[in-house]
Amino acid sequence: MDGSGIRQALSMMNERGSGEGAGYVAYGVYPDYRDCYALHVFFDNIRENKIIVDAALEQWGTIEHDEAIPTYDQPNLRSVHTPWRYFFKPDPSLAPASTSPEDDIVSALVMRVNTARRGALIFSSGKNVGVFKAGGWPEDVADFYRIEDYEGYTWLAHNRYPTNTPGWWGGAHPFNLLGWSVVHNGEITSYGTNRRYIESLGYICTMYTDTEVVAYLIDLLVRRHGLDLDLAVRALAPPFWEEIDRMPEAKQEWNRALRLTYAPAMMNGPFAIVAADADTMVGFTDRSKLRPMVVGECAAASTSLAKRRRSAPWNRKSNRSPCRLQENR
Amino acid sequence: MTIGSLPPRYRISIDPVRCMECERCIENCSYGVFRRDGERILINSRNCTACHRCIACCPRDAISLEEQPCDYRSHPLWTREAREAIYNQARTGKIILAGMGNALDYPIIFDRLVLDACQVTSPSIDPLREPIELQTHIGKKPAKLDLRRRENGDVELLTPIAPNLRVETPIMIGHMSYGAISLNAQVAMARAAKEAGTFMGTGEGGLHSAIYPYQDRMIVQVASGRFGVNIDYLERGAAIEIKIGQGAKPGIGGHLPGEKVCEEVSRTRMIPQGSDAISPAPHHDIYSIEDLAQLVRALKEATEWKKPVFVKIAAVHNASAIAAGIARSPADAVVIDGFRGGTGAAPRVFRDHVGIPIEAAVASVDAKLRDQGIRNEISVIASGGIRGSADVAKAIALGADAVYIGTAALVAMGCRVCGNCYRGLCPWGIATQRPDLVERLNPDVASEQVANLIHAWTLELAELLGAAGINSIESLRGNRDRLRGYMLDESLMQVLDVRQVGA
Repeated sequence: MDGSGIRQALSMMNERGSGEGAGYVAYGVYPDYRDCYALHVFFDNIRENKIIVDAALEQWGTIEHDEAIPTYDQPNLRSVHTPWRYFFKPDPSLAPASTSPEDDIVSALVMRVNTARRGALIFSSGKNVGVFKAGGWPEDVADFYRIEDYEGYTWLAHNRYPTNTPGWWGGAHPFNLLGWSVVHNGEITSYGTNRRYIESLGYICTMYTDTEVVAYLIDLLVRRHGLDLDLAVRALAPPFWEEIDRMPEAKQEWNRALRLTYAPAMMNGPFAIVAADADTMVGFTDRSKLRPMVVGECAAASTSLAKRRRSAPWNRKSNRSPCRLQENR
Repeated sequence: MTIGSLPPRYRISIDPVRCMECERCIENCSYGVFRRDGERILINSRNCTACHRCIACCPRDAISLEEQPCDYRSHPLWTREAREAIYNQARTGKIILAGMGNALDYPIIFDRLVLDACQVTSPSIDPLREPIELQTHIGKKPAKLDLRRRENGDVELLTPIAPNLRVETPIMIGHMSYGAISLNAQVAMARAAKEAGTFMGTGEGGLHSAIYPYQDRMIVQVASGRFGVNIDYLERGAAIEIKIGQGAKPGIGGHLPGEKVCEEVSRTRMIPQGSDAISPAPHHDIYSIEDLAQLVRALKEATEWKKPVFVKIAAVHNASAIAAGIARSPADAVVIDGFRGGTGAAPRVFRDHVGIPIEAAVASVDAKLRDQGIRNEISVIASGGIRGSADVAKAIALGADAVYIGTAALVAMGCRVCGNCYRGLCPWGIATQRPDLVERLNPDVASEQVANLIHAWTLELAELLGAAGINSIESLRGNRDRLRGYMLDESLMQVLDVRQVGA
């Protein structure tokens, strides 16, 4: 599906936004470069900052192609960055100790470029996936990128009501690292714990906002620790001890182990999160359900259902049928 | 006369109109302040320690106590303490002994840290309506889990998990030995620990048979004197703690005077009655970090790897590097005892001048372990000067898993922090072995009070967490974003990794 449907869906939520940040992510948008990492970058100043990213990428692999992301001026959206995209192939021989050298090189490059704060911010880094975000109302952001020109099989969209960093393009959702993209509503009260944990394991938080850690935590648990998605979500929003105590013994044992091992990854505070990678979309809320999540499914034209989910997580394997999911901020 | 008598520290007076001459003060004062002389009760204020026993038991509120009724000429450098220490040492030529914790007027960092609460952007949580989890697990954790999903969807845990202590609240009772404190005091606290779902340390005093009913709540200590240690002792405990040092006296050993070694103490410590129990400064089998790791492993082997082993160190300047070394051994937890930690007896110069505050020590230990990517693999227990639930919350936000309390538990049993524990005359029946004094402490009542205290702090912690929008204690651990420094200097805020108020 192209982006027009998701643009229309998100515009319904304008009442709950503030016009200071919105974004979209689409999977399957770069079929011609499906084997390359698509790096989306915000440049503050194209002449001054681009050479730094070019040099970093060339040091670690090959730039197959790069170009400005086409944008179209909108009266209500002030373009403060130049969005650029690279299609990049890392050289796996440069990270011989790694079991997933390409991912590791790209992830390290993202951290390095973003930490340097030299007027370049890589905000999307997966294969055949692209994040399109900016400060503004959802329709303006959609029109700025003309997202209807992109064909994707999974879309996430987000309308932001920022409190901490209004107008900061890097703070708009979705957040992405490699294959995983995240949209989030809420405030993560455990952010300090989560950030210190993730930063002790090689990630660096650079976006001035809490959602960023979710993308890194999912990357850590799923890609680096090899947990399946359900278990990763369970580590992030685990059952209460009281529930664990009531489980059958074997189940109790691994649930207990999961909470002990990933205590600093556990997220607290009110949140509703939807994350996606190339094959899957998953939604989950905080353990106390302080934020609601509404899931609408439209598997075939004849049946449809919408229900308020009381239990996290909600998870579906993408079968590439039309699927739209709204998230309320 | 060269020095002459010094001004009395306290002056006790009895209001003759109120006094009914019941003589409870005479009976209760173990320091000999009061005596009957014909029609009058005479007072010797010089013996007073401000333990308040007389005031607490006077039925008519007739007794009043004045601190420093007659002071020296004031001087900012030559304080009363400085002058009196000199007079004392000029007379005796000896090291000055002192009890309780650090008595110098250092700024208290806890009191310059403020906690956070939610407004609007995230809702606060009402602990009466929503669960708030304070359950804490002390012990080794794996860095990552290997979980496999079977054909039928069941999950199989392939990573072995070391035994952890499950504590219902992050408040534990630290090590106070039988010998330093009375059996009644120890029984009371052990019972309270069981009641509150927490654990308590035996100290280096062995395990008296009266404590056996609570042994699954006891952390048995192996210290440099090895008093009371045999395989039976190790097997009875829920966990084992190797004591390297103590916050009140880093770098030195311990000394239980022979007068306190009564028959029961002698049996429990496995030393001759009336002999001084001297714990050497170092363990004579630990002269390096490698030696420590071997002892940890030896204790684990002896108890078939069923029990967590803790290592307690005093908070000294490079506590963080030492803790990182301990984390590399099979040890399950490192206990950091800050320079305000209590003691039955310590040389005053150590108590007041050696070591660093627990707040800074925990922050730097947590940061160092994180730098090395191993923070969650070992538990960190903070102790030394924890006075209330706010201190507990702040210690955890700075990076501790749990805290040990010591003095606070004694205060819950009546202790007035008079600091004369080393004299063995504690009129509250806590730091004494004199049978008539010990009898004054009723373990039934005292255990309820200690349990009440832990319960009350636990409730307050739940409220503080709820207000901060956090429903589980692990999300507060090391969450320094929820702390702000108030009137702390910039370099200290860097060590604590907290921002200032308003930032």
